[in-house]
Amino acid sequence: MVRLYTEDLSIGYGERLIVKELSVQIPDQQITTIIGPNGCGKSTLLKAITRIISHQSGSVVLDGKSVTKENTKQLAKKMAILPQTPESAVGLTVGELVSYGRFPYQTGFGRLTTKDYEVIDWALQVTGTHEFKYFPVDALSGGQRQRVWIAMALAQETEIIFLDEPTTYLDMAHQLEVLELLQKLNKEEKRTIVMVLHDLNQAARFADNIIALKDGQIVKAGSCEKVITKKVLQDVFQIDAEIGMDPRTNKPMCITYNLLKGE
Amino acid sequence: MKSSIRFSIKFMIGLSILFAMFIVAMGFGAAETSIQDVWNALFSNLKSDKINILREIRFPREVGAVVVGAALAVSGAIMQGITRNPLADPGLLGLTSGANAALAVTLAILPATNYLGITIACFIGAAIGAIMVFSIGTLKKGGFSPLRIVLAGAAVSAFLYAIAEGVGIYFKISKDVSMWTAGGLIGTNWLQLNIIIPFVCVGILVALLLSRHLTILSLNEEVAVGLGQKTGQVKTILFIVIILLAGASVALVGNMAFIGLMVPHIVRAIVGTDYRAIIPMSVIAGAILMLVADTLGRTINIPYETPVAAIIAIMGLPFFLLVVRKGGVAFQ
Repeated sequence: MVRLYTEDLSIGYGERLIVKELSVQIPDQQITTIIGPNGCGKSTLLKAITRIISHQSGSVVLDGKSVTKENTKQLAKKMAILPQTPESAVGLTVGELVSYGRFPYQTGFGRLTTKDYEVIDWALQVTGTHEFKYFPVDALSGGQRQRVWIAMALAQETEIIFLDEPTTYLDMAHQLEVLELLQKLNKEEKRTIVMVLHDLNQAARFADNIIALKDGQIVKAGSCEKVITKKVLQDVFQIDAEIGMDPRTNKPMCITYNLLKGE
Repeated sequence: MKSSIRFSIKFMIGLSILFAMFIVAMGFGAAETSIQDVWNALFSNLKSDKINILREIRFPREVGAVVVGAALAVSGAIMQGITRNPLADPGLLGLTSGANAALAVTLAILPATNYLGITIACFIGAAIGAIMVFSIGTLKKGGFSPLRIVLAGAAVSAFLYAIAEGVGIYFKISKDVSMWTAGGLIGTNWLQLNIIIPFVCVGILVALLLSRHLTILSLNEEVAVGLGQKTGQVKTILFIVIILLAGASVALVGNMAFIGLMVPHIVRAIVGTDYRAIIPMSVIAGAILMLVADTLGRTINIPYETPVAAIIAIMGLPFFLLVVRKGGVAFQ
């Protein structure tokens, strides 16, 4: 029995639906990536699952309860979301920003407890940002900054973490750095990770489970081997892809591709 | 945490400066008084002409300066936080002009209204002004662009000032209206303060309680929701707080632009961008700035008074330009 799933989920306004009657299960303690062309509803789906935007019909269920009915603070203890490229948080120090991950646990004036400080320190350690604790966030590089935001999500101590394109604007080494951190969290801490990625090969390399979306509907969902195929990539991206095997990870990978002509 | 210790030191220093400035403001003015007189006026039961002047005229006036400075600074800080707009200020976003127009209308229609009635009229006017600016500013898709909000604020303010003027001329009460709106701190009395102070205190207290909500809201709305904030509810409460603070300020001193703009920027340079520090520091810095301006206003051209609003504006305009030039980040 999976903890998190959607049922006939439709998102959009009036007649214009961005996501249509989508039913999908998010496997526990695995890495799930959502892929698809621009405007296919990847981010929209992620936001609806994390109750950042409301949906029109259907439901998102976590632990047997609809997320729209659950107390939002309680939900924030179960799932964290890192939106696409959050603003740079001018002036806040790394320690201050990460401490806001404890927000769902605080009341009143929000004094931090010893337990809070422990979690914050742990989050800084595990993301390798402890040395920047007293630095302003905007003094860091893009990769460091992204790790700080991930640290904030970690400080939320949730079993499920959502990330919307966590590697955008990062160079290759920093992209890997972020993805390997997430993989480590999944392996060592058993966190369920759901993220939107643009790079197919990264998606295949790091995910246990891939959801391929097009026009707000699932084209294929399942293991990398099932999703990263010539047929699926043709349907989703209109590309003619050559699929091979990554010699280091034994995962499927897209070696080369061309645009499909004549459509 | 290290930074919180440093904050409490900064806060204590600020508080000491505020206290010292209050004594200075009490001591200088048209009537010659000594520090001894000030001390006796504040902390003894002694009576003399000078002590009475201090107690009945200067004391409420400086308390008014503290209250208004703090209220405007905090409302400016909140506005800058929720709109993520570094140019937000109650004067620039239609609250002051709305309260002004409401004041003129009230004086015209119900000339016998008591001070509480006028204060409430100011709250309503401030709310209407702000709602007009925000609805015009967010009409087009993309909403809340700093530039569009400032433009809408300028247009709505001009419109509302015109209404206030028009009402003043039509009902032949221009003089009464301008007595209120340009009066500054002259004639501030305990009767007024007794009505205003509770509103301002409640507003500031709520702002302090919601300061950490304001920080995550100022980062990114999606982050705020993800952290479990009921953003709609928080924004509504903060909006009411802004109305209370800005409305109360207009009821007491009339137009006073730029304090709400300047103070939060100065404060950010000192304590960073966490509203848990910005809000309490803004209370102190706003009060100090207002005391300085009022003391200057009373002393640079004795025996005449220079309007505080003019002094604040002279300090504020270059500051405003600096913020615009630096793209919203002063003192970085």
